[in-house]
Amino acid sequence: MNRHLTQKLGFALLGVVSLLVVAPILLVVAAIVVQGAPALTWAFLTEMPREGMKAGGILPAIVGTLLLTLGTGLVAIPMGVGAAIYLAEYARDNALTRLIRLAIVNLASVPSVVYGLFGVGIFVLLLKLGTSIVAGSLTLAIMTLPVIISTSEEALRAVPMEFRTVSASLGGTNWQGIRRIVLPQALPGIITGVILGLLRSAGETAPILFTVAAFYLPVLPRSPMDQTMALPYHLYVISTQVPGMPLDIQFGTALVLLIIVLSLNLVATLIRSYFRRKREW
Amino acid sequence: MPAPTAARSARQRSNSEWAIETLIRMLGVSTIGIVAIIFLFLLTEGVPAFFQVPLDNLFGSRWYPTSDLFGALPLLLGSLLVTLVAMLIAFPLGVMTAVFVREVAPNWARELLKPMIEVLAGIPSVVLGFFGMILLAPVVRTSLGAPTGLTALTGALVLAYMALPTIISVAEDALDAVPRSYRDAGLAMGATQWQTIWRVVVPAARSGILMALMLGMGRAIGETMAVMMVTGNAARMPLGLDAILRPVRTMTATIAAEMGEVASGSTHYHVLFGVALILFVLVMAITLASASVMFRRRERGGLR
Repeated sequence: MNRHLTQKLGFALLGVVSLLVVAPILLVVAAIVVQGAPALTWAFLTEMPREGMKAGGILPAIVGTLLLTLGTGLVAIPMGVGAAIYLAEYARDNALTRLIRLAIVNLASVPSVVYGLFGVGIFVLLLKLGTSIVAGSLTLAIMTLPVIISTSEEALRAVPMEFRTVSASLGGTNWQGIRRIVLPQALPGIITGVILGLLRSAGETAPILFTVAAFYLPVLPRSPMDQTMALPYHLYVISTQVPGMPLDIQFGTALVLLIIVLSLNLVATLIRSYFRRKREW
Repeated sequence: MPAPTAARSARQRSNSEWAIETLIRMLGVSTIGIVAIIFLFLLTEGVPAFFQVPLDNLFGSRWYPTSDLFGALPLLLGSLLVTLVAMLIAFPLGVMTAVFVREVAPNWARELLKPMIEVLAGIPSVVLGFFGMILLAPVVRTSLGAPTGLTALTGALVLAYMALPTIISVAEDALDAVPRSYRDAGLAMGATQWQTIWRVVVPAARSGILMALMLGMGRAIGETMAVMMVTGNAARMPLGLDAILRPVRTMTATIAAEMGEVASGSTHYHVLFGVALILFVLVMAITLASASVMFRRRERGGLR
């Protein structure tokens, strides 16, 4: 009987530990929602910051983050999905493929601040793009690439082999099979992966520190070669670099960033579960 | 006889297909190029540091770039201390949560836990850093009597939670890969489920669980913003028992804090790239080690 008691206690312990893992997550989200909600007015979302960011809204930071995410997607989606198609559909199991896989695992583990350095060196200085939305987007895109590649590859591999054989048996070429049959079937999975990758890049600060982010720039960017404010960097600035910053503006900014990221997360989850239920294979 | 136009369009199609397939091939191979360029770039910008600064200075214990003292040891030890303490917290928590989710939890609890952990993975680093600064640091200060709440421990706590989603999901996959027959065999021998978990299932998944630890560690050591916001950023040697309750400064935070102020090409600039190079090599070593575990596991047919 004793060991059954051990089991009961053990399972209870595991439950408590899991609660310990989850409770702080709830606490973080709740604290930011409760303390940030009062600051969240229409004006806060649509006005320029004023008085050294201590008043007014955060519009340029929101717009900046959206533009950077768009730019990141424009570069990272075609590159990432292309590389994923190569790995899932063309690559043979040889040394080159293993090297590519190793490179992707490696890219995924490079610290974000190192991407920031790389972005300054290559895009800002060497390619003379300056601190600009283009330079920041390219830096974020390279950082996002491994996420998009691995999730897209997984989605492509999940499409059953028979789909390809049937396409080939009807006289389709390799590429026709991929383009007309495999890609459409894998699309929901690819979209989910793309969203997950982009939401990560939207929340990143270190890669944009020296490549695009402006400390205080109360105008909207007019060209891709402009600097811009961005939400994560703005939150960092107002919580550490500006003394006497009103707390509600800090929490409000954190809440806006959290809402953008978590709602994208929710969309990705919904797409995944919707198509998982719908698909016929 | 087929019309000549049809033959030509077929050839055209195969031409455009050849172009697309070549492009896709190049995109696949380009990932190797990107890693190589990053590494080469860090080398060319970082290696001069080792020639411009005497080695006893570079590996000294004093980091005062304004007086040309570039002792990187406090930064390296700072990163290691924060990462190790974070892993001491996150690894047991993560593995136990993975075991709970995969082996024990009733369905409703699993459906509740998994999305929450995904939420944690999605919270931006800077938001966690903000939370740590405003709400966690005062707690650390008052409850542990540290002179300031911005300490190595605060950083380790935040890092632990940032590494948890990685650890949990990799460990869960590892447990998932253990065949059901192992569990059945354990139970059939008269062991309880608890005994089966710890003496059969977890040992069978040990290499995957080790991988979870390493990937979590790689994630923690490279983390920048949250750490910079909550560790206090004092570049002092984290020695002595109370080091954990004092401010430290990590390699990542140093790069992020100082890169904006240095002149391109100066000694300080090269030293910062040297620090980034060390960081890159460190993370790469961790990644290669865990990748070798992964490849070996694949060769043994999914297990071990």
